[in-house]
Amino acid sequence: MIHLHRVTKSYGATQALRAVSLEVAAGQTTVLLGPSGCGKSTLLRLVAGLIVPDEGNIRVEGTLITPATAPALRQRMGYVIQEGGLFPHLTARENVILMARHLGWPDGRIAQRLADLADLTALPLDMLDRYPVQLSGGQRQRVALMRALFLDPAVLLLDEPLGALDPMIRSDLQDDLRAIIRRLGKTALLVTHDLSEAGFFGDTVVLLRDGAIVQQGSFRDLVERPAEPFVERFVQAQRSLVLE
Amino acid sequence: MTRTVFLLVMVLGSPSVGAQGDDAPLVVGSKKFTESVILGEMAAQLLREAGLAAEHRAEVGGTRVLWEALRRGDLDAYPDYTGTITQEILAGEALPDEAALRARLAELGIGMTAPLGFNNTYALGMQEETATRLGIATISDLRAHPDLAFGFTNEFMDRADGWPGLQRAYALPHADVRGLDHDLAYRGLDDGALALTDLYSTDAEIAYYGLRVLRDDRAFFPAYRAVFLYRLDLPPEAIAALERLGGRIGEAAMQALNARAKLERTPEALVAATFLRDALGIESEVTVAGFWERLWQRTAEHLLLVGLSLFVAILVAIPLGIAAARVPRLEGPILGIVGVIYTIPSLALLVFMIPLLGIGAVPAMVALFLYSLLPIVRNTHAGLQGIAPPLRESAEALGLSPGARLRLVELPLAGPSILAGIKTSAVINIGTATLGALIGAGGYGQPILTGIRLDDTALILEGAVPAAALALAAQLLFDGIERLVVPQGLRL
Repeated sequence: MIHLHRVTKSYGATQALRAVSLEVAAGQTTVLLGPSGCGKSTLLRLVAGLIVPDEGNIRVEGTLITPATAPALRQRMGYVIQEGGLFPHLTARENVILMARHLGWPDGRIAQRLADLADLTALPLDMLDRYPVQLSGGQRQRVALMRALFLDPAVLLLDEPLGALDPMIRSDLQDDLRAIIRRLGKTALLVTHDLSEAGFFGDTVVLLRDGAIVQQGSFRDLVERPAEPFVERFVQAQRSLVLE
Repeated sequence: MTRTVFLLVMVLGSPSVGAQGDDAPLVVGSKKFTESVILGEMAAQLLREAGLAAEHRAEVGGTRVLWEALRRGDLDAYPDYTGTITQEILAGEALPDEAALRARLAELGIGMTAPLGFNNTYALGMQEETATRLGIATISDLRAHPDLAFGFTNEFMDRADGWPGLQRAYALPHADVRGLDHDLAYRGLDDGALALTDLYSTDAEIAYYGLRVLRDDRAFFPAYRAVFLYRLDLPPEAIAALERLGGRIGEAAMQALNARAKLERTPEALVAATFLRDALGIESEVTVAGFWERLWQRTAEHLLLVGLSLFVAILVAIPLGIAAARVPRLEGPILGIVGVIYTIPSLALLVFMIPLLGIGAVPAMVALFLYSLLPIVRNTHAGLQGIAPPLRESAEALGLSPGARLRLVELPLAGPSILAGIKTSAVINIGTATLGALIGAGGYGQPILTGIRLDDTALILEGAVPAAALALAAQLLFDGIERLVVPQGLRL
């Protein structure tokens, strides 16, 4: 579904990604895990076509991402970021339907899709007429998810989608999000620095460090068969955090 | 930038046609002092008496402005003085007598009437009391008092036959010499801030303020005999009408006319009409506009100056701001150029406009347009640059094209900042537009200018108060517009 071949990206002297190759399987959730600065967000933004790799290439559904193909490809990918990235000057509804309206969808189709998604994301319909500042953090992420899903993309790109939420809301939304992804059978690429979240979502977990992949496989593999001491330390550090 | 100037000119129509058209009235100009305004009025009334359509554009500016406007054809005639022509306009040319002067002017397409009678030469004046105490009767006597504060008109400070020449001719050692407005100088003498100023020998204030005119014991000042300058392409009956005043106004008569206008506050049109009736038996109908009529006319003029210049500035500045924010190569040049334009003193910019666009509303509007650019360009640029990167990327990740991103997301988010820029421009524009009166653009600056000339506070307020009110109204208007166009989500 998504195929990265020896992708390298630098910001000035800092190497964000070093010749990373990765295969993201269709219909599965792949989690990019790692400490901050490991390159996981850079990888996601490369897939979204927001930045261009220095070397290597990326294919989505077989199509090479270039500045020319990116606009069309983006409509096949939904993108959700930490704070939702909702436009403050538009109501929740306007945010959600912005792209469909721009593409000239008929009103009936937009209304139907809106109702379906509100149902799916469990967002009360009256919230749709509020502006982002009038919504809670959890509601904002539900709206952002609706916006990402509106064109029924094949791929969901999620950059720390639950990162800014407090624990109770986070746990609710975590359950809902996983259920939605599974129900729709989407290919999802999710960035997190949280080990338990990685375990909760990931069919496959990819651990990165300093712009390179350290280990990839199932969560169980990661915990039980760490490929190198760094993986063990990373797992231990987060476990002890949970226990205390 | 040049292109935008031309654009504005095109919007307003070609400015150089004006006075040249067949049906257009003849335009008489006058400088911004009372005597010139009275003489300009007389000229206009004489032309009308001869059956010609004529209007008087009063207080257009200084010598340079009037001369350029006459040469360009924006004006058909204006009163000037022989000394000014030889010493200032045609400085450095050998013009031994009036005939030589007349011949030289003819080469330039300009005619000169016979002298009107009086010689309004420069003179130096000080308070009678001070002069007596210090024993000063002649200009040479000043050398003994190097500490006196001098205040001269800006024109006198600069011109070759003014202070620089005078200082050399009399070897005057004075260092405390300031340039200021003629009418302010009189007040400075009155309250003791100044000891000496330049006067014109027909000034009404000489008697009024009790001034002593110092004798020009080295005969430094040339003769300044009043004449009308006119374009040689005027119809013969127009020239004949202007010539009717030849030798008719003596020095005492002119002083009396100046006193009536300046000290008794009689409108210049009325002063001129009374003189023409008494001297030439001409009955001219003079209508002096009432307060509300004047206010309405100036409001209309001011609104046109501000409205049109601001409107075109908005159309030009917002795209410039977008370009500066989106094209890194253009950011420096655009912000730099509009910034530099903004720092040009408004008076200087207005005067630069004259050779290009003449006098009147058009050059004033172009200047106002140029000044209005900076706040709008800056705020558009800052508003777009200030959009949080996650929002910008979210719009891009949605798949919106760059144009749609700008229209649907970025401009609405930058909207409050852009509107604030327009508001700033509008308020600055309304204030700066009062300076347009200096080059004959009318508006609220006109009564302010006349009020300063006549030392008439009520008249100054007649321009200043509506200008302030208009700025306030603009503020309210834009607050209302803000409520309409800034999305609710950004105001919560």
